[in-house]
Amino acid sequence: MTTTDRTADLFAYTLRLADDAAILGQRLGEWCGHAPTLEEDIGLANVALDHIGQARALYTYAGEVEGEGRDEDQLCFLRHERQFNNCLLVEQPNGDFAQTIVRQLFFSAFMLPLWRELKASKDATLAAIAAKAEKEAAYHVRHSAEWTIRLGDGTTESHERAQAAVDHLWPYTGELFELDGVVERLVAAGIAVDPASLRDEWHATLREVLDEATLRLPPDGWFQTGGRSGRHSESFGHLLSQMQYMQRAWPGLRW
Amino acid sequence: MYTQALNARDASDERSEDAALLAAFQARVDAEEKIEPNDWMPEAYRKTLVRQISQHAHSEIVGMLPEGNWISRAPTLKRKAALLAKVQDEGGHGLYLYSAAETLGVSREELTEQLLSGKAKYSSIFNYPTLTWADIGAIGWLVDGAAIMNQIPLCRCSFGPYSRAMIRVCKEESFHQRQGYELLLEMCRSSEEQKAMVQDALNRWWWPSLMMFGPSDTDSKHSAQSMAWKIKRFTNDELRQKFVDATVPQAHYLGLTLPDPDLKFNEETGHWEYGEIDWEEFSRVVAGNGPCNRERLAARRKAWDEGAWVREAALAHAEKRRNRREAARIAAE
Amino acid sequence: MTEKNTPLWEVFIRSRTGMAHRHCGSVHAADEEMALQAARDVYTRRGEGVSIWVVPSSAIVASDPTEKDVMFEPTASKIYRHPTFYEIPEEVGNM
Repeated sequence: MTTTDRTADLFAYTLRLADDAAILGQRLGEWCGHAPTLEEDIGLANVALDHIGQARALYTYAGEVEGEGRDEDQLCFLRHERQFNNCLLVEQPNGDFAQTIVRQLFFSAFMLPLWRELKASKDATLAAIAAKAEKEAAYHVRHSAEWTIRLGDGTTESHERAQAAVDHLWPYTGELFELDGVVERLVAAGIAVDPASLRDEWHATLREVLDEATLRLPPDGWFQTGGRSGRHSESFGHLLSQMQYMQRAWPGLRW
Repeated sequence: MYTQALNARDASDERSEDAALLAAFQARVDAEEKIEPNDWMPEAYRKTLVRQISQHAHSEIVGMLPEGNWISRAPTLKRKAALLAKVQDEGGHGLYLYSAAETLGVSREELTEQLLSGKAKYSSIFNYPTLTWADIGAIGWLVDGAAIMNQIPLCRCSFGPYSRAMIRVCKEESFHQRQGYELLLEMCRSSEEQKAMVQDALNRWWWPSLMMFGPSDTDSKHSAQSMAWKIKRFTNDELRQKFVDATVPQAHYLGLTLPDPDLKFNEETGHWEYGEIDWEEFSRVVAGNGPCNRERLAARRKAWDEGAWVREAALAHAEKRRNRREAARIAAE
Repeated sequence: MTEKNTPLWEVFIRSRTGMAHRHCGSVHAADEEMALQAARDVYTRRGEGVSIWVVPSSAIVASDPTEKDVMFEPTASKIYRHPTFYEIPEEVGNM
């Protein structure tokens, strides 16, 4: 394998992690000022800020790996729909509070072991980013798990809403474990984490939380796919058109 | 920031109160002692504080909306993080202030009810729209700048919980004005079209910012009592003048023109003299007829109504937990 | 509004290892775990703490301010509790 291939793989992998964080941060930011309680307004903003911080570190590193002078903002604000490789789960609209919480639980329960394993990456920068992100993800799991339990085992209405969120978002979780050439080669090189190796832990976390929440884990069935190769949900273009508005309307200026 | 003298005192409160108690209370205030929630206080003092602190809290909460309008469109990730953290801070400040008001015996739910029903007021500055990204800078620079002018003396307010909340707020808020001004500076330096955007924002936010200090002293009926109680330390006009004096040179540094043809520096007094404020506009917006009054309240109501099932769920779950714990305790005995 | 009130909790934060927890404010939350999370999210955003206590506000018992003199006045005359009450010759050195 040539250095150029390795560089391209590392760029692609880092960019995926960055896109996941940026898009989820963008979605969570939409809640600010509109949450069910003032305390939760502040809590959700904290989670959003963690993701935006991760995105910045990852985009910056991706730009360095690529070596073409693109910075965090060029990567975040000047790529098109088909060039984003975040998973479909994080781009799903906020929906009601239950959907936002369950989306977070599904994602963070996956990211927590991923960051933990990535700390051992042979790539020192990714390992360092992972070390910081792991602690953040641990809190995100705790926060979303506690809420899932209260919504699931709360009132009849909250139980129904929480179960609907679980059922609705479940088909988007299969993509988290997909393995393609990029990941495969980087796993072999000791740089990336094999997502399949995280599945049992992820499953166990969810089972424990959903059990306590009196919610049903849907059976594995048909799963959505496409995000990693840039085929997104229809709503995604709208997210980008908002997020990228300034850089598109006023190109090449400093803000 | 939010002392727009909307507080109408109830004259009847004082008649029945013991003159000796009142005198002792005033002596404590005059001696710069802090009044704490369980201390005796005149009913009018308590009412004035509940109104002022809750108006202040409501302003922070409603104030999240105009700035929150730009979180999803911030031009860079750095700006997005800073804006989100700032709007989050406003929420925190609202929370500290509600807590301070709650020490006087009103619940958060009651206070929320007063805001959502339109009974309670909030700073009318937040009834103006944020139309461009430059408005985010203008709010940080002007609105937070005006707020700081008012909040710093409030740190010495006679009521302990309010004063402590203000100390925390002022400490946290020190970055807000700077982020706004730095954002505008970057725009003004970057290009002419951005500078024009900044000038436009200044044109729209300048006068409403001056109105934030409330009616002129000659028309402000309740200032005297609030000053005697040391809830207020400076009059509306004093604070407004301080703000103008501090802000005009900052505008000039940005290369901007203030939208006031009568603005001029008085060499003798050392103050900037400004033109007539449109008090009709002020009254109109306070009364509910500003550009965004209805949208702001509708957004708060929507968040509250749509969050009801979440709050109910949390309470229902807490009760289940208590019952289970109780059952386990009984079973163990 | 018929909505039930969400309980109020007092928040105490230990700012650094070795320091005592200090009261810093309050939050609303339905139960203790949510109160702890809310306290973390609201009061430690700028690295203010290494440990948090939350206590139901209703569990706090306060002294009556009108009894201030009865409670705290008598101690003022007991100056023999303070080290400066006792005279030690300088030659003895620091004590």
